[in-house]
Amino acid sequence: MNLPWLTILTFVPLFGGIVVAGLGAEQRRLARGLALAFSLVGLAGALCLWKHFDAASGDLQFVEKHDWVPSLGIQYFLGVDGLSLLMVMLTAIVTPLAVLASGSMFDGKAGSLLAIHRSPLPAAGGVRGDGAHGVARPTQGGAHIFYALMLWLQAGLFGTFTALNFFHWFLFWELVLIPAFFLIKLWGGPKRGPAATQFFIYTMVGSVTLLLSFLAIRLATGSFDFIELADMAKRGEITAKLGEAIGWKAHIGLLVFFGAFLGFAVKVPVVPFHTWLPSAYAEAPGPVTMLLTGVMSKMGVYGFLRVLLPIFPEQIRLVLTPLMWLAVLTIVLSACAAFAQRDLKRILAYSSINHLGYCLLALFAVTGAATGVNQPELQKAAALNGVLLQMFNHGLTASALFLFVWLIEKRSGGLRGLEDFGGIRKVVPVFTGLMGIALFSSLGLPGLNGFVGEFLIFKGVFPLAPWAAALSTLGLLVTAIFLLTLIQRVFCGPLNGRWAQMPDLTLSERALVAVPIALMFVLGIWPQLVLGVIDLTVVKMVQQLNF
Amino acid sequence: MTWIAQNLWLIPVLPLAASGVIAVNKQRQHKLAATLAIGSMVLAFLLSLCAFSATLIHHGESGVFREVAGFNWLQFGGQWLQLGWVLDPLTAIMLVMVSFVSLLIFIFSVGYMAHDENFTRFFCFMSLFAAAMLGVVIANNLLLFFVCWEIVGLTSYLLIGFWYHKPSAAAAAKKAFITTRIGDLGLLLGMVWLYAETGTLNFYADGHGCLESSALTAMVTHMTAAGMAVSTAIGLLIFLGAVGKSGQLPLHVWLPDAMEGPTPVSALIHAATMVAAGVFLVARVYPLMSAHPEGAAAETAALQVVTWVGALTAIFAASVAVAQTDIKRILAYSTVSQLGYMMLGLGVGGVAVGMFHLITHAFFKALLFLGSGSVIHGCHEEQDVRKMGGLKKFMPVTFATYAIGMLALAGFPLFFSGFWSKDEILHAAHGWPVSHIPFFLGCAGALLTAFYMTRQVALVFFGEYRSSGRQSAHSSSKTDKHEKSAPTHVGGYDGKGEPHESPAVMIVPLVILAVFAILLGFVGTPAWPWFDGFLNGEPAGFNFSKLTESGTLGLMLASAGFVFTGLGLGWWLYGKRQRKTAEEPDVLQVAQPAVFRLLENKYFVDEIYDATGVRFNAWAAQACDFLDRWIWGGVVMLVTWVTLGLSSLYRFTDEFVVDLGFDTGCETLREGGGEMSRWQNGRVQTYLRVIGVALVVLVLFLIWGRKT
Repeated sequence: MNLPWLTILTFVPLFGGIVVAGLGAEQRRLARGLALAFSLVGLAGALCLWKHFDAASGDLQFVEKHDWVPSLGIQYFLGVDGLSLLMVMLTAIVTPLAVLASGSMFDGKAGSLLAIHRSPLPAAGGVRGDGAHGVARPTQGGAHIFYALMLWLQAGLFGTFTALNFFHWFLFWELVLIPAFFLIKLWGGPKRGPAATQFFIYTMVGSVTLLLSFLAIRLATGSFDFIELADMAKRGEITAKLGEAIGWKAHIGLLVFFGAFLGFAVKVPVVPFHTWLPSAYAEAPGPVTMLLTGVMSKMGVYGFLRVLLPIFPEQIRLVLTPLMWLAVLTIVLSACAAFAQRDLKRILAYSSINHLGYCLLALFAVTGAATGVNQPELQKAAALNGVLLQMFNHGLTASALFLFVWLIEKRSGGLRGLEDFGGIRKVVPVFTGLMGIALFSSLGLPGLNGFVGEFLIFKGVFPLAPWAAALSTLGLLVTAIFLLTLIQRVFCGPLNGRWAQMPDLTLSERALVAVPIALMFVLGIWPQLVLGVIDLTVVKMVQQLNF
Repeated sequence: MTWIAQNLWLIPVLPLAASGVIAVNKQRQHKLAATLAIGSMVLAFLLSLCAFSATLIHHGESGVFREVAGFNWLQFGGQWLQLGWVLDPLTAIMLVMVSFVSLLIFIFSVGYMAHDENFTRFFCFMSLFAAAMLGVVIANNLLLFFVCWEIVGLTSYLLIGFWYHKPSAAAAAKKAFITTRIGDLGLLLGMVWLYAETGTLNFYADGHGCLESSALTAMVTHMTAAGMAVSTAIGLLIFLGAVGKSGQLPLHVWLPDAMEGPTPVSALIHAATMVAAGVFLVARVYPLMSAHPEGAAAETAALQVVTWVGALTAIFAASVAVAQTDIKRILAYSTVSQLGYMMLGLGVGGVAVGMFHLITHAFFKALLFLGSGSVIHGCHEEQDVRKMGGLKKFMPVTFATYAIGMLALAGFPLFFSGFWSKDEILHAAHGWPVSHIPFFLGCAGALLTAFYMTRQVALVFFGEYRSSGRQSAHSSSKTDKHEKSAPTHVGGYDGKGEPHESPAVMIVPLVILAVFAILLGFVGTPAWPWFDGFLNGEPAGFNFSKLTESGTLGLMLASAGFVFTGLGLGWWLYGKRQRKTAEEPDVLQVAQPAVFRLLENKYFVDEIYDATGVRFNAWAAQACDFLDRWIWGGVVMLVTWVTLGLSSLYRFTDEFVVDLGFDTGCETLREGGGEMSRWQNGRVQTYLRVIGVALVVLVLFLIWGRKT
């Protein structure tokens, strides 16, 4: 059948959100059930795409292309290749997990949406670490709105990962921002207000410069089509046309590039455009953080891969060395900063920046001219495969880790400081074991998913930029230090008497975390499952960059 | 291809499966866990014997017997990355050693860990360790090697921190993982570099492997920065991994702390097998380390580094061991020192020399550690040698086997394996053309080894038991420290606090290991260098005259001289005049307080690292945090304030300039409008009145105009 599968996929959660939003404030269980059902339909759709995707071709598939506003070069243009498919899959996996994890947020008596603002912070009392905020508030209202926003977020992500015309894509890119903002603003921790605002403004500034850059490109080339623009860039036409259309030939290309770069750099984030991230991740409620780190942070890297690399390769080469330094700084500084944090969520937030830093490192390295390198295309293919794998793996692992922190917050009444626990392995052995697996996956232990991506990145980047690869290993070391410190402080040592009654994971919680943990093992042992699907896409991307 | 080479993967997979099954089963099923772990190790051992006999059968046919098999693992850029395993003499001998020693230690652990509440978890981790270690041994691919190597590191971390409620154990586990990871990052870089240079990570692949001549020739001639051949640079990076894992200077600091783990763990992982993995790595990539252009000296820069690091570690750790008081720490430093000997052997003499010492050491060091476990167990979790003494009469079997292990480690001439393997290393070091210093360091180390082992044995087994009077109070104070290890004692705790012999399940492995500690030496004597020939694929014959050749004999006599000096000194200082109480200072401490303090504190290496590396890391973390909060965050705040300021300015202009003007204008207009509106108030009379007045005025005007 020739149905518009991608449109359907995007509209299922969009429609689901409308349905859920229409429920009454009292129908909390129904809202959650419906949200889960719609996200599972999304998962089923993504699985169908995965199954019918022809891995023997690196081309765009399931393409839908219709004129929208022809006079402005705006088209309704959807399609997936290995990269998009992988990201769609990640979104489809993480969203139902986040919906399931949010179950406890709306237990107890319901309130209206307004009640959220009035609800006092819980008096968790007792020792309160620097970053230990009361978060798990059992009586919160607005379940229907919460779940509608979650679904819209998912729809926005699906749209972002499948759209291929700038205008269309930008619409979804911004659409993601709005539910995310409200999810942090309405259901976040005590400092949610500033965190949400900072998050919104930061991303908005990036979006504005991105939009300006693309308006300039539209003015010069008459096209919004990513594929067409990439072809032009390969022929070296974009810079020339920009010069003709706007003037200031020497620098206009770079200026336009920086505008677009800022848009993506904020989203990934690249140091020093990252300061919104730790507070946004820390203040957002656990399930929302899962989506933020699991999928939204991939939007930036996706943007780099889909937009920046194919359209601005010339400009990237011009400023390659500073960009490589930025990537190295992102890796090392964020790892060091993570070591200084005292709030589990902030530690993981910085760790998240660090992990995406490896993606940046590889992204910039593959854009270089690679003169005098043995088999440059193979190295680039390794690095880019590593990037894609790392994106997926990080989405899986980081959202699992935030899920674990969420579960621990539920048990501690919102405490989540590094020093608030101690020795709890004795009372929650299963929790410790499973979270330990996730932590070691994040640390890059071979046999779990994190390793393969990092290995491929280093394998590819080392011949292309040995110094950057060597410096970046510092990030691997510091990551080991802070993650093991986390294990040591939280789980080992004498049991903190306060938690002597802490309950271990319930059966349903075990079932919930079993999904990401199982995937970690599967992808660690059999990475070909993903690589087989993305490799030809990557080969095509490398050819695109090869001129 | 032989059946066993095809199915070599079974050997690590069996314990791996056992570990998985134990992990998902209930914690209480002790019997199941022990049966699975030991059963899988028995099978792995039998398969290893199978592999070993296959290499024996094909030995000497044409060069080194070597069969490889592999599978496609993942794909990038249209190319497959292949993983695989190799069966050659090096693999075979390690397989047999690892599976056999592991098996014995598993059996010993059944007794030692019998009362630990985490018994099943222990066997789960141990099986996982055995699987990973066997994986390291069979890997024919540096990536697979690295994967298994890291999992070995993980199990080491888990087992050191097995008694996680002890802060010292948790800290030691973390230290071990991080220190070895520093080395592993070097290994990772070496690996990706090797991959980039040769396009493959397979060691052997019918001439296309990265350790085979075509790849090596290319790397030898390709120069990198500072005039170093690529092969040397890669070799050094890989060696960094070995330094971390094998506790060589300067990354040795984790190994003594690793003794926080249960004693069987120390025996298996931190003495016999895992720490030897670094030595095995160097032996595995030896063709790369020793690759040199035609005509150049065979002592490549990489091998020279290996030699020097090994020699320095050997003497450094031996000297520290002299001043330690914890029975396990003495053995730990002795392990570091012996690993240094192995590296020295690899550097100066090649694979066979280093590997021979690795194999003999594995047996006698496992024996010593298990013996110390038996002692600790018998003395109710006491580890301080000053508080022991006279155990000879309480634990005769332990004493006899421990003595054999000690003599083997000290290198007692002719009858013990350690003598032959160490002699071979010293012999090779003597013939090393670059420098004689490593040889002298090795000899001094041999003397010190004999000395500190005599000291230990004299303090533990001879004299009077120094702790019996205070036993009850003592054991209660120790219980909370070792709460998990043995809440009640196996083998009949007699209540009087006297030490006791351990049960048979612990004694039997000791005896078996003791037998091997003696016998193994005879496969590598100068008269019958079978081991050498086996690894190099050459036949070896008996030749007794080799023993009496002047060079060989002279060195043997010299090394025997050093050993006897060490033994004699040790006995004179510690055996003849036994210390009376546990508290009195050490003889050396009285004689040389400053030196003793230096040694006792392990040359203050930990303190130096704390003051530099650890502090730097903490500083860097604070700096990055500061950067984030105040510099990057500050810029954001600045932008915020500027924006807010501008907004306020706009507001001010809006409210007080624009709005005010606008309002005034509006007011005027409004008033004007109000004024105007009076004219249209809708009162007809007024309108008529105005019209009337206007008419009158008009008429008057017209009349006035007519007149003129």
